[in-house]
Amino acid sequence: MNETTETARPASFVRRSRWNPYLVGIGIGLLSWAVFAVVNNPLGVTTALSQWAGAVAEPVMGAEGLKTNPYWAKHLPRWDYGTLFLIGTFFGALVGAWLSRDVRIEVVPAVWRERFGPSVAKRLAVAFLGGVLAMYGARMAGGCTSGNGLSGSMQLALSGWTFFLTMFISGLLTAWVMFGRARSGIASDVSAAQKEHNS
Amino acid sequence: MTLPITGTASLVLAVVFGFLFGLLLQRGGVANYNTIVNQFRLKDFTVLKVMFTAIVVGGIGVLLLHQAGHAAYHIKPANMLGIVLGAAIFGVGMVTYGYCPGTGVAAVATGSVHALVGFAGMLAGGILYALSFHWVNEHILSVAALGKVRLPEVTGIADWIWFVILAGMAAIVFGIIERMERAGRRRL
Repeated sequence: MNETTETARPASFVRRSRWNPYLVGIGIGLLSWAVFAVVNNPLGVTTALSQWAGAVAEPVMGAEGLKTNPYWAKHLPRWDYGTLFLIGTFFGALVGAWLSRDVRIEVVPAVWRERFGPSVAKRLAVAFLGGVLAMYGARMAGGCTSGNGLSGSMQLALSGWTFFLTMFISGLLTAWVMFGRARSGIASDVSAAQKEHNS
Repeated sequence: MTLPITGTASLVLAVVFGFLFGLLLQRGGVANYNTIVNQFRLKDFTVLKVMFTAIVVGGIGVLLLHQAGHAAYHIKPANMLGIVLGAAIFGVGMVTYGYCPGTGVAAVATGSVHALVGFAGMLAGGILYALSFHWVNEHILSVAALGKVRLPEVTGIADWIWFVILAGMAAIVFGIIERMERAGRRRL
Protein backbone atom coordinates (compact mmCIF):
# COMPACT_ATOMS: atom_id res chain seq x y z
CA MET A 1 0.00 0.00 0.00
CA ASN A 2 2.81 2.42 0.76
CA GLU A 3 5.10 1.78 -2.20
CA THR A 4 4.13 3.43 -5.45
CA THR A 5 4.99 1.43 -8.51
CA GLU A 6 6.94 4.17 -10.29
CA THR A 7 9.72 3.77 -7.80
CA ALA A 8 9.33 0.01 -7.57
CA ARG A 9 9.64 -0.54 -11.29
CA PRO A 10 12.27 1.55 -13.05
CA ALA A 11 12.01 1.10 -16.80
CA SER A 12 13.14 2.73 -20.00
CA PHE A 13 10.90 5.37 -21.59
CA VAL A 14 9.68 2.88 -24.20
CA ARG A 15 8.76 0.22 -21.63
CA ARG A 16 7.41 2.51 -18.91
CA SER A 17 3.69 1.93 -18.21
CA ARG A 18 2.95 5.58 -17.66
CA TRP A 19 4.44 8.73 -19.05
CA ASN A 20 4.25 12.01 -17.20
CA PRO A 21 0.69 13.33 -17.78
CA TYR A 22 1.89 16.85 -18.56
CA LEU A 23 4.26 15.41 -21.17
CA VAL A 24 1.37 13.42 -22.65
CA GLY A 25 -0.74 16.59 -22.72
CA ILE A 26 2.04 18.43 -24.54
CA GLY A 27 2.25 15.49 -26.96
CA ILE A 28 -1.48 15.66 -27.73
CA GLY A 29 -1.17 19.43 -28.13
CA LEU A 30 1.68 19.03 -30.64
CA LEU A 31 -0.28 16.32 -32.44
CA SER A 32 -3.12 18.85 -32.78
CA TRP A 33 -0.79 21.33 -34.48
CA ALA A 34 0.12 18.62 -36.98
CA VAL A 35 -3.43 17.50 -37.75
CA PHE A 36 -4.64 21.08 -38.19
CA ALA A 37 -1.74 22.13 -40.41
CA VAL A 38 -0.94 18.95 -42.33
CA VAL A 39 -4.30 17.28 -42.96
CA ASN A 40 -6.71 20.12 -42.09
CA ASN A 41 -8.67 17.75 -39.88
CA PRO A 42 -8.97 18.24 -36.12
CA LEU A 43 -8.85 15.36 -33.62
CA GLY A 44 -12.23 13.67 -33.30
CA VAL A 45 -13.70 10.23 -32.72
CA THR A 46 -17.50 10.00 -32.75
CA THR A 47 -18.10 11.22 -36.31
CA ALA A 48 -16.26 8.10 -37.49
CA LEU A 49 -18.06 5.98 -34.90
CA SER A 50 -21.47 7.03 -36.22
CA GLN A 51 -20.34 5.82 -39.65
CA TRP A 52 -19.39 2.50 -38.04
CA ALA A 53 -22.83 2.39 -36.43
CA GLY A 54 -24.21 2.83 -39.93
CA ALA A 55 -22.14 -0.11 -41.13
CA VAL A 56 -23.64 -2.24 -38.33
CA ALA A 57 -27.16 -1.12 -39.22
CA GLU A 58 -26.71 -1.59 -42.97
CA PRO A 59 -27.49 -5.36 -43.10
CA VAL A 60 -30.84 -4.62 -41.47
CA MET A 61 -31.71 -1.29 -43.04
CA GLY A 62 -30.12 -1.84 -46.45
CA ALA A 63 -27.89 0.60 -48.33
CA GLU A 64 -30.96 2.53 -49.49
CA GLY A 65 -32.27 2.67 -45.95
CA LEU A 66 -29.07 4.37 -44.81
CA LYS A 67 -29.19 6.88 -47.64
CA THR A 68 -32.74 7.90 -46.81
CA ASN A 69 -31.95 8.41 -43.12
CA PRO A 70 -31.29 12.16 -42.73
CA TYR A 71 -28.29 11.51 -40.43
CA TRP A 72 -26.53 8.63 -42.17
CA ALA A 73 -27.04 10.31 -45.54
CA LYS A 74 -24.33 12.70 -44.31
CA HIS A 75 -22.30 10.00 -42.50
CA LEU A 76 -22.24 7.00 -44.83
CA PRO A 77 -19.80 4.25 -43.80
CA ARG A 78 -16.56 4.65 -45.73
CA TRP A 79 -12.82 4.20 -45.37
CA ASP A 80 -12.15 7.88 -44.83
CA TYR A 81 -9.76 9.89 -42.69
CA GLY A 82 -11.77 9.58 -39.46
CA THR A 83 -12.23 5.82 -39.73
CA LEU A 84 -8.54 5.21 -40.40
CA PHE A 85 -7.57 7.57 -37.58
CA LEU A 86 -9.64 5.47 -35.19
CA ILE A 87 -8.04 2.25 -36.43
CA GLY A 88 -4.67 3.91 -35.85
CA THR A 89 -5.77 4.81 -32.30
CA PHE A 90 -6.51 1.15 -31.59
CA PHE A 91 -3.10 0.00 -32.80
CA GLY A 92 -1.24 2.85 -31.07
CA ALA A 93 -2.75 1.82 -27.74
CA LEU A 94 -2.08 -1.86 -28.50
CA VAL A 95 1.60 -1.31 -29.31
CA GLY A 96 1.99 1.02 -26.32
CA ALA A 97 0.48 -1.52 -23.94
CA TRP A 98 2.37 -4.39 -25.52
CA LEU A 99 5.75 -2.68 -25.16
CA SER A 100 5.11 -1.91 -21.49
CA ARG A 101 3.61 -5.39 -20.93
CA ASP A 102 0.27 -3.87 -19.98
CA VAL A 103 -1.98 -5.91 -22.26
CA ARG A 104 -4.21 -7.79 -19.86
CA ILE A 105 -7.79 -8.99 -19.80
CA GLU A 106 -9.87 -6.77 -17.54
CA VAL A 107 -13.56 -7.48 -17.02
CA VAL A 108 -14.39 -5.91 -13.65
CA PRO A 109 -11.98 -3.06 -12.85
CA ALA A 110 -10.69 -2.46 -9.30
CA VAL A 111 -12.57 0.75 -8.51
CA TRP A 112 -15.83 -0.77 -9.73
CA ARG A 113 -15.34 -4.01 -7.80
CA GLU A 114 -14.59 -2.17 -4.58
CA ARG A 115 -17.99 -0.46 -4.76
CA PHE A 116 -20.27 -2.82 -6.71
CA GLY A 117 -18.71 -6.23 -6.18
CA PRO A 118 -17.30 -8.84 -8.57
CA SER A 119 -20.44 -9.48 -10.66
CA VAL A 120 -19.44 -9.65 -14.32
CA ALA A 121 -23.01 -9.30 -15.60
CA LYS A 122 -23.59 -6.15 -13.58
CA ARG A 123 -20.42 -4.48 -14.83
CA LEU A 124 -20.96 -5.42 -18.47
CA ALA A 125 -24.61 -4.30 -18.44
CA VAL A 126 -23.67 -0.88 -17.04
CA ALA A 127 -20.70 -0.58 -19.43
CA PHE A 128 -23.05 -1.24 -22.37
CA LEU A 129 -25.62 1.31 -21.20
CA GLY A 130 -22.84 3.80 -20.48
CA GLY A 131 -21.56 3.35 -24.00
CA VAL A 132 -25.04 4.00 -25.40
CA LEU A 133 -25.35 7.21 -23.37
CA ALA A 134 -21.82 8.43 -24.14
CA MET A 135 -22.31 8.03 -27.87
CA TYR A 136 -25.83 9.43 -27.94
CA GLY A 137 -24.83 12.46 -25.87
CA ALA A 138 -21.69 13.06 -27.90
CA ARG A 139 -23.63 13.05 -31.16
CA MET A 140 -26.29 15.39 -29.79
CA ALA A 141 -23.54 17.75 -28.65
CA GLY A 142 -21.71 17.45 -31.98
CA GLY A 143 -18.61 15.74 -30.59
CA CYS A 144 -17.04 13.97 -27.62
CA THR A 145 -14.09 14.63 -25.33
CA SER A 146 -11.84 14.74 -28.40
CA GLY A 147 -13.87 16.65 -30.98
CA ASN A 148 -15.51 19.08 -28.56
CA GLY A 149 -13.45 18.87 -25.37
CA LEU A 150 -9.97 19.01 -26.93
CA SER A 151 -10.29 20.30 -30.49
CA GLY A 152 -13.22 22.63 -29.78
CA SER A 153 -11.79 24.07 -26.58
CA MET A 154 -8.34 24.71 -28.06
CA GLN A 155 -9.98 26.70 -30.89
CA LEU A 156 -11.80 28.68 -28.19
CA ALA A 157 -15.13 27.50 -29.63
CA LEU A 158 -18.17 28.34 -27.51
CA SER A 159 -19.45 24.83 -28.34
CA GLY A 160 -16.24 23.18 -27.09
CA TRP A 161 -16.07 24.97 -23.74
CA THR A 162 -19.81 24.58 -23.10
CA PHE A 163 -19.42 20.85 -23.68
CA PHE A 164 -16.27 20.52 -21.56
CA LEU A 165 -17.69 22.29 -18.50
CA THR A 166 -21.17 20.70 -18.69
CA MET A 167 -19.72 17.23 -19.21
CA PHE A 168 -17.41 17.64 -16.23
CA ILE A 169 -20.18 18.80 -13.89
CA SER A 170 -22.45 15.97 -15.05
CA GLY A 171 -19.63 13.47 -14.56
CA LEU A 172 -18.91 14.75 -11.04
CA LEU A 173 -22.58 14.42 -10.08
CA THR A 174 -22.78 10.93 -11.58
CA ALA A 175 -19.67 9.81 -9.69
CA TRP A 176 -21.08 11.31 -6.50
CA VAL A 177 -24.34 9.41 -6.91
CA MET A 178 -22.53 6.16 -7.79
CA PHE A 179 -19.67 6.24 -5.31
CA GLY A 180 -20.80 8.65 -2.63
CA ARG A 181 -18.61 11.25 -1.01
CA ALA A 182 -14.86 10.80 -1.16
CA ARG A 183 -13.74 9.14 2.06
CA SER A 184 -10.02 9.61 1.80
CA GLY A 185 -7.92 12.12 -0.07
CA ILE A 186 -6.09 11.84 -3.37
CA ALA A 187 -3.26 9.33 -3.86
CA SER A 188 -4.45 6.56 -1.52
CA ASP A 189 -6.88 5.23 -4.11
CA VAL A 190 -4.46 6.03 -6.88
CA SER A 191 -1.94 3.67 -5.41
CA ALA A 192 -4.62 1.01 -4.90
CA ALA A 193 -5.63 1.31 -8.54
CA GLN A 194 -1.97 1.31 -9.57
CA LYS A 195 -1.29 -1.75 -7.49
CA GLU A 196 -4.19 -3.52 -9.14
CA HIS A 197 -3.03 -2.25 -12.52
CA ASN A 198 0.40 -3.74 -12.06
CA SER A 199 -0.55 -6.94 -10.33
CA MET B 1 4.99 20.21 -50.44
CA THR B 2 1.66 22.00 -50.34
CA LEU B 3 -0.47 21.79 -47.25
CA PRO B 4 -2.95 20.52 -46.35
CA ILE B 5 -2.26 17.05 -47.69
CA THR B 6 -5.35 15.38 -49.17
CA GLY B 7 -6.21 12.16 -50.99
CA THR B 8 -4.52 8.83 -50.36
CA ALA B 9 -1.54 10.36 -48.59
CA SER B 10 -3.87 11.86 -45.98
CA LEU B 11 -5.33 8.40 -45.32
CA VAL B 12 -1.86 7.06 -44.54
CA LEU B 13 -1.29 10.03 -42.25
CA ALA B 14 -4.65 9.31 -40.59
CA VAL B 15 -3.32 5.96 -39.42
CA VAL B 16 -0.04 7.55 -38.25
CA PHE B 17 -1.74 10.36 -36.34
CA GLY B 18 -4.30 7.96 -34.91
CA PHE B 19 -1.49 5.66 -33.82
CA LEU B 20 0.25 8.49 -31.96
CA PHE B 21 -3.04 9.51 -30.35
CA GLY B 22 -3.70 5.96 -29.13
CA LEU B 23 -0.14 5.62 -27.86
CA LEU B 24 -0.39 8.90 -25.94
CA LEU B 25 -3.77 7.96 -24.43
CA GLN B 26 -2.45 4.58 -23.30
CA ARG B 27 0.82 5.88 -21.84
CA GLY B 28 -1.04 8.81 -20.31
CA GLY B 29 -2.94 6.26 -18.26
CA VAL B 30 -6.29 7.57 -19.50
CA ALA B 31 -7.17 4.37 -21.39
CA ASN B 32 -7.79 3.00 -17.89
CA TYR B 33 -11.20 2.78 -16.19
CA ASN B 34 -9.79 3.46 -12.71
CA THR B 35 -7.99 6.64 -13.80
CA ILE B 36 -11.06 8.11 -15.51
CA VAL B 37 -13.59 7.26 -12.81
CA ASN B 38 -11.24 8.46 -10.07
CA GLN B 39 -10.93 11.79 -11.89
CA PHE B 40 -14.67 12.31 -11.47
CA ARG B 41 -14.38 11.19 -7.82
CA LEU B 42 -11.64 13.84 -7.47
CA LYS B 43 -9.13 11.20 -6.38
CA ASP B 44 -6.86 11.20 -9.44
CA PHE B 45 -6.23 14.27 -11.59
CA THR B 46 -4.47 12.62 -14.52
CA VAL B 47 -7.33 13.30 -16.96
CA LEU B 48 -7.42 16.99 -16.10
CA LYS B 49 -3.63 17.28 -16.35
CA VAL B 50 -3.57 15.67 -19.79
CA MET B 51 -6.58 17.53 -21.20
CA PHE B 52 -5.86 21.00 -19.84
CA THR B 53 -2.20 20.82 -20.94
CA ALA B 54 -3.24 19.63 -24.40
CA ILE B 55 -5.80 22.45 -24.74
CA VAL B 56 -3.30 25.18 -23.77
CA VAL B 57 -0.35 23.83 -25.80
CA GLY B 58 -2.51 22.82 -28.77
CA GLY B 59 -4.52 26.04 -28.67
CA ILE B 60 -1.53 28.39 -28.71
CA GLY B 61 -0.02 26.49 -31.65
CA VAL B 62 -3.26 26.37 -33.61
CA LEU B 63 -3.80 30.10 -32.99
CA LEU B 64 -0.30 30.93 -34.32
CA LEU B 65 -0.77 28.59 -37.29
CA HIS B 66 -4.13 30.17 -38.02
CA GLN B 67 -2.78 33.71 -37.85
CA ALA B 68 0.08 32.75 -40.18
CA GLY B 69 -2.48 31.33 -42.62
CA HIS B 70 -1.40 27.71 -42.17
CA ALA B 71 -4.48 26.32 -40.42
CA ALA B 72 -8.22 26.75 -40.84
CA TYR B 73 -10.56 26.67 -37.87
CA HIS B 74 -13.12 23.89 -37.59
CA ILE B 75 -15.72 25.32 -35.25
CA LYS B 76 -18.73 23.20 -34.33
CA PRO B 77 -22.01 25.12 -34.22
CA ALA B 78 -23.05 26.29 -30.76
CA ASN B 79 -26.51 24.68 -30.63
CA MET B 80 -26.67 25.47 -26.96
CA LEU B 81 -29.59 23.23 -25.91
CA GLY B 82 -28.16 20.28 -27.82
CA ILE B 83 -24.69 20.77 -26.37
CA VAL B 84 -25.81 21.22 -22.77
CA LEU B 85 -28.23 18.28 -22.95
CA GLY B 86 -25.80 16.12 -24.94
CA ALA B 87 -22.86 16.90 -22.63
CA ALA B 88 -25.01 16.15 -19.57
CA ILE B 89 -25.94 12.75 -21.04
CA PHE B 90 -22.32 12.24 -22.07
CA GLY B 91 -21.09 12.89 -18.52
CA VAL B 92 -23.37 10.17 -17.16
CA GLY B 93 -22.23 7.86 -19.95
CA MET B 94 -18.55 8.56 -19.44
CA VAL B 95 -18.63 7.74 -15.71
CA THR B 96 -20.84 4.64 -16.06
CA TYR B 97 -18.92 3.33 -19.08
CA GLY B 98 -15.67 4.47 -17.47
CA TYR B 99 -14.26 5.70 -20.76
CA CYS B 100 -14.94 8.32 -23.36
CA PRO B 101 -15.26 7.15 -26.98
CA GLY B 102 -11.56 7.61 -27.87
CA THR B 103 -10.14 6.15 -24.66
CA GLY B 104 -12.69 3.32 -24.92
CA VAL B 105 -11.26 2.28 -28.28
CA ALA B 106 -7.73 2.50 -26.83
CA ALA B 107 -8.79 0.42 -23.79
CA VAL B 108 -10.24 -2.33 -25.98
CA ALA B 109 -6.76 -2.63 -27.50
CA THR B 110 -5.20 -3.11 -24.06
CA GLY B 111 -7.52 -6.03 -23.24
CA SER B 112 -10.45 -4.38 -21.49
CA VAL B 113 -13.47 -6.61 -22.06
CA HIS B 114 -15.94 -4.19 -20.47
CA ALA B 115 -14.59 -1.47 -22.77
CA LEU B 116 -15.41 -3.73 -25.71
CA VAL B 117 -18.96 -4.30 -24.45
CA GLY B 118 -19.33 -0.54 -23.96
CA PHE B 119 -17.98 -0.08 -27.47
CA ALA B 120 -20.88 -2.20 -28.73
CA GLY B 121 -23.08 0.09 -26.64
CA MET B 122 -21.59 3.09 -28.44
CA LEU B 123 -22.48 1.59 -31.82
CA ALA B 124 -26.02 1.01 -30.51
CA GLY B 125 -26.07 4.63 -29.29
CA GLY B 126 -24.97 5.76 -32.75
CA ILE B 127 -27.82 3.82 -34.33
CA LEU B 128 -30.33 5.26 -31.85
CA TYR B 129 -29.09 8.75 -32.59
CA ALA B 130 -29.36 8.34 -36.36
CA LEU B 131 -32.88 6.94 -35.98
CA SER B 132 -33.97 9.82 -33.74
CA PHE B 133 -31.98 12.50 -35.57
CA HIS B 134 -34.95 13.94 -37.44
CA TRP B 135 -36.79 14.70 -34.20
CA VAL B 136 -33.66 15.84 -32.31
CA ASN B 137 -32.70 18.15 -35.15
CA GLU B 138 -36.10 19.80 -35.21
CA HIS B 139 -36.79 20.08 -31.50
CA ILE B 140 -33.38 20.29 -29.79
CA LEU B 141 -30.57 21.32 -32.12
CA SER B 142 -32.57 24.29 -33.39
CA VAL B 143 -33.06 25.77 -29.91
CA ALA B 144 -30.60 28.55 -28.96
CA ALA B 145 -28.52 27.83 -32.06
CA LEU B 146 -25.88 30.55 -31.98
CA GLY B 147 -23.84 29.36 -34.96
CA LYS B 148 -20.11 28.64 -35.27
CA VAL B 149 -19.00 31.21 -32.74
CA ARG B 150 -15.78 31.52 -30.75
CA LEU B 151 -15.25 32.94 -27.27
CA PRO B 152 -13.27 35.99 -28.54
CA GLU B 153 -16.29 37.02 -30.64
CA VAL B 154 -18.81 36.34 -27.89
CA THR B 155 -16.87 38.11 -25.13
CA GLY B 156 -14.86 40.73 -27.00
CA ILE B 157 -11.74 39.43 -25.25
CA ALA B 158 -8.87 38.86 -27.70
CA ASP B 159 -7.55 35.38 -28.48
CA TRP B 160 -4.15 35.83 -26.88
CA ILE B 161 -5.68 37.18 -23.66
CA TRP B 162 -7.76 34.01 -23.47
CA PHE B 163 -4.61 31.92 -23.65
CA VAL B 164 -2.85 34.06 -21.05
CA ILE B 165 -5.86 33.46 -18.76
CA LEU B 166 -6.00 29.72 -19.55
CA ALA B 167 -2.26 29.22 -19.10
CA GLY B 168 -2.41 31.11 -15.80
CA MET B 169 -5.36 29.01 -14.65
CA ALA B 170 -3.54 25.84 -15.64
CA ALA B 171 -0.45 26.89 -13.68
CA ILE B 172 -2.51 27.64 -10.55
CA VAL B 173 -4.69 24.50 -10.79
CA PHE B 174 -1.72 22.22 -11.46
CA GLY B 175 0.20 23.84 -8.59
CA ILE B 176 -2.67 23.11 -6.18
CA ILE B 177 -3.08 19.54 -7.46
CA GLU B 178 0.64 18.75 -7.14
CA ARG B 179 0.65 20.13 -3.61
CA MET B 180 -2.40 18.03 -2.66
CA GLU B 181 -0.86 14.92 -4.18
CA ARG B 182 2.39 15.42 -2.25
CA ALA B 183 0.39 15.86 0.95
CA GLY B 184 -1.64 12.73 0.11
CA ARG B 185 1.52 10.67 -0.41
CA ARG B 186 2.98 11.85 2.89
CA ARG B 187 -0.14 10.66 4.74
CA LEU B 188 0.28 7.08 3.53
